[in-house]
Formats: sequence, C-alpha cells, structure tokens
Amino acid sequence: MIEWIMEPLGYSFLLRGFVAAIMIGIICAVVGTFVVLKGLAFIGDALAHIAFTGIVVAFLVGFSFYIGALAAAIIAALGIGTVSQRTGVSTDTSIGIFFSGIFALGIVLMSIGIHTYTIDLFSYLFGDILSVRRDDLISILILGGIVLAVIAVLYKELLFVSFDPVVAESAGLPARWLQMLLLILLSVTVVVSVQAVGIVLVVAMIVTPSATAYLITDRFGVMMALGAVFGAISAIGGFYLSYYADVPSGGSIVLVATSLFAIVAIIGPKRRNLRKILGSGGEVTQRPA
Amino acid sequence: MTAQVEAVNGVSPNGSNAPSGPPAIRVEDLSTGYHEEPVLQHVDLSVAAGSLVGLIGPNGSGKSTLFKTMTGLHEPWTGRVLINGKPGKPGADVAYVPQTETVDWSFPVTAGQVVMMGRYPRLGLIRWPRKRDHEIVDRSLEKVGMSGFKDRQIGQLSGGQRQRVFLARALAQEPSILLLDEPVSGVDATTQHQIFELLDQLCEEGVTTIVASHDLSCVAQRFDQVLLLNRTVHGYGPPDEVLTQDLLNKTFQSHLLLLRLGTRTFVVEDPDHFQHD
Repeated sequence: MIEWIMEPLGYSFLLRGFVAAIMIGIICAVVGTFVVLKGLAFIGDALAHIAFTGIVVAFLVGFSFYIGALAAAIIAALGIGTVSQRTGVSTDTSIGIFFSGIFALGIVLMSIGIHTYTIDLFSYLFGDILSVRRDDLISILILGGIVLAVIAVLYKELLFVSFDPVVAESAGLPARWLQMLLLILLSVTVVVSVQAVGIVLVVAMIVTPSATAYLITDRFGVMMALGAVFGAISAIGGFYLSYYADVPSGGSIVLVATSLFAIVAIIGPKRRNLRKILGSGGEVTQRPA
Repeated sequence: MTAQVEAVNGVSPNGSNAPSGPPAIRVEDLSTGYHEEPVLQHVDLSVAAGSLVGLIGPNGSGKSTLFKTMTGLHEPWTGRVLINGKPGKPGADVAYVPQTETVDWSFPVTAGQVVMMGRYPRLGLIRWPRKRDHEIVDRSLEKVGMSGFKDRQIGQLSGGQRQRVFLARALAQEPSILLLDEPVSGVDATTQHQIFELLDQLCEEGVTTIVASHDLSCVAQRFDQVLLLNRTVHGYGPPDEVLTQDLLNKTFQSHLLLLRLGTRTFVVEDPDHFQHD
C-alpha cells in the first residue's frame, strides 16, 4: 500500500504535479465558497475561456503563459465587474457573447498561428498535471499563496459584503471595491488551476468541493475549511487515478470531486442547501425597484 | 396638545436635553434621484442629537432615498448631508436597517454571526472579534429579545425574527445615528411594543433615531419629532405642531382625518374619499 502511494512521488515531475494539484484543490475551494454562495460559476467559466485566448496570445508573442492568461482574465473580470455594477441587471447574455467570441478568437489564432505547439495548448484545454514544470510550480505556489493571504486578511469584510452588500457599504465597507477584488481573486484562481485541470473543467474544481461542503454545514467558515479538505482529497485521489489508470489529470480530479459530491448529496444532512444548489429552492428576497 | 404627547411618551417634544454642538444630521438643499428622475428636491433638515424622529410620507415619497443619501449609499445631485457636522461618507457612525433585506436566506451564517457583522467596520483589518465584541453581540441580541436564537441559521427564522436580528446588527455597530426603514411592518404586536421600548431606551442613551413608518397614529403617539416627507420636507417638529390637517393633506395629497381622542392622536383615512397608495 505504502509502496503504491509512494511510487509516483519518487519521480520529481510527478511530485511537482502532486503538490500543484493539492494547492489548486485548496485555493479553488476557498474561492469557490464565494462562487457557490454568490452564484459566480458562469463568470468563472467565462474567465477560464478568456484566459485561454490570453495563453494563445502569450505563446504567439513569446511571453510566459501566466502573464498572458492573468492579463486576459483580470481585464475580463474588471470589465464584467464594472458592467454588472453599473447596470445592476443580469449580465449573463453579454458575458456569454463576450467570452464565446474571445474564446473563438483564441481557437482561430491557435490553429493559424502555432502549429508546433498545438498539442501543448490542448493540455490547457483538458489539463495535464505532468506538464507542470518547476517554474510553473513556483508560480502556482506564489499566486495561490497570494490568493489565500488576501482572503485571510479580508475574510470579515468579504463575508459581510457577500452576505449583505447594501448594509456592508452603508456601514462604511468599500463594497464595490471588495466585490471587484473577489472577481480578481477568481481570475487568479482560474489561471493557476488551468494547467492541472484544464479550461473546460476548472469551474467544476472551483464549485464542486465547496458545494459538497455546503451540504454538510450552515457555517461559512466551516464550509470554507471543509471545501478545502474536499478539494485536497479530490486532487490527491485524482492524481493517483490519473497515474494508475493513465487518464488525463483534469478529468480524474474532477471525477473524484463529483463522486464526493454525489455521496454527500445522498447522505448529507442539509437537504435545503441541496435543493438550492439544484436550483429548485433558495429563498432570495428582492428589493422592489 | 404638547402635554398629551409628553404623557404618552415621557419625552420632551422640544428636546430639552438636546446637547449643544452640531446637529446629528444636517441636510442642506439636497436634491437627488435615479436615472435623471428626481426623487428628492430641495430638502432642508436639521435633526438635533438624541431625537427620536418618525418619518412619514406616501409610497414613492423618497423616504428610502433620504436614508440612503444619509448613509452615503446614494450620492446627492446637489446640496449635501452633514453627519455630526462632517460631510462625506459617515461609515459606522450611521447604522441603516433597510425595509427589505436583499439577502440570500440560505447563506451559511447564524443570527449571532449576522449581528457580529455589525462589529466588522469597527474592528478594522485582520483584527478578529474580541471578548468585548462578543459581549456587544450578546447584549444586542438580548435587547431585541433574540438571545435564544443566536446559533440559528438565519433562513430558519421567521420574518419578524429576521427583522430583529438585523436591528441587533445595527445596534452592535454602536452608531450615533440609527435609520430604520419600516422596522415594525410585518411583526406582531408584542414585538412591535418591544421595538418601541428599545427605541425609547436608545433615545435616552443619546442615539439619534429616524424611523420610517406607514402607521401615522403610531408615529403621532410614539415619537417626539415628526418629519413629513413627499419629495421635499412638508413639516418637521413635535407631533402636535406638524400633524395638522393642512400639512397632512399637502404631504399625502389625499384625505386623511386627524382624530384627537383624549390624550391621543389618531390619523385615519377619510372613508369618504378614495385614496391611492
């Protein structure tokens, strides 16, 4: 058993992937707590697709993939945040048009501009933990560490603003600024995770472990901590599944996370929250216009 | 008439205990609105510290907009609001309890955690709640009669209980000014009575409180100052001076009857006239 566990970790490139996966599992779930409760999953998905085009451009121009992806995702997050704050209406349609268009541009640029790197870029679509090099791991740990540090420092403020932005702002918190910051943290999380789980599946990594935790607890802090545990378990389980079954890491990690969700959904105590996640419950009071 | 209000309230209508210094709230020639559509025009107002003010006006008269402008949630187009003599966003000094909370009731927080949020602006970055903050939270819950519900997730509380939790959060903020938008709508008579006793107590502690209310009779009996608002200030002063047939007609642009029974003042809709609301 121990041999079975230790064997892949003996290879430095696998050990790097293992550490990266755990870090990603944790930050995705911590940021995912806000994403689940504020219904930001669609925005997260859009940011991942926009980041892909940033990656393609970075390859074409010769920048680091992180610079391209981060720039694209953060600019998009600021745009989405500004538009939704200014109009105050649902921005799903405009985000859908905007992100699909930019993603399409990325695919076209990829096919006409880079022939030799095509396979590499496909690993960003579906995730390949073995492609995490030493520099990538350092970037993942630093950026992930920054995300966790910002959330630790602004935990109270982010909680208040997520729960009740109007009263939080009336009490003197910079609500708009904090909501924008949340989108930027989401962008960084998406970019950091793309290498291991891929653009197509990164939203699952952000949403599923936190949603699983939400089925167990009614406490925000507990939800965040439990989500991080589920995220790490999914990363570790997916890592071994990927290694021994020889399947892509993105698919295997998300499959473990989804299995955990399914098990907890069946035995979990918070039926109300399950109904909310599945979209048939959840009472939200809307202020009359 | 003055004696009647005193008899009901036990509070001097002219605020004889008013301290010197700047008024708690001063509104100077305020005009504002939404999307080019004016809601408030040329509002001038000066509220002495420690006043308990009943704010009345018909729907759409700008009560909520006035509150939002006082808290800094809404920007004036022209004019300004001074809180304790200072312009700009007042921060934690003003606590605001909106009429309807736009919150997700399945959010994973307990009543106690919601009330603790009132402490957050006072705590500042990184600092975690201390013993004193927990004591303030407990006291605030106790004041609204919700001590037994501290660990309850907010979605599991009734409408009136939720309203009281948000009131407790405003108290935990330790504001010098408290703005309550329809705090007694949808709560039972006992709770309503408790809330008014609490407001009297806050008034004695020197907290300036403005309560928007639909219930004119209640305002006539419970508050030492009445503010009549319909896009602009139609009257501000002790109930017996402001609640006149003339001013009420101006404010509501419909027919309300003023009844004075013994020591009490009642305002009712005139059944002979159709009232749109």
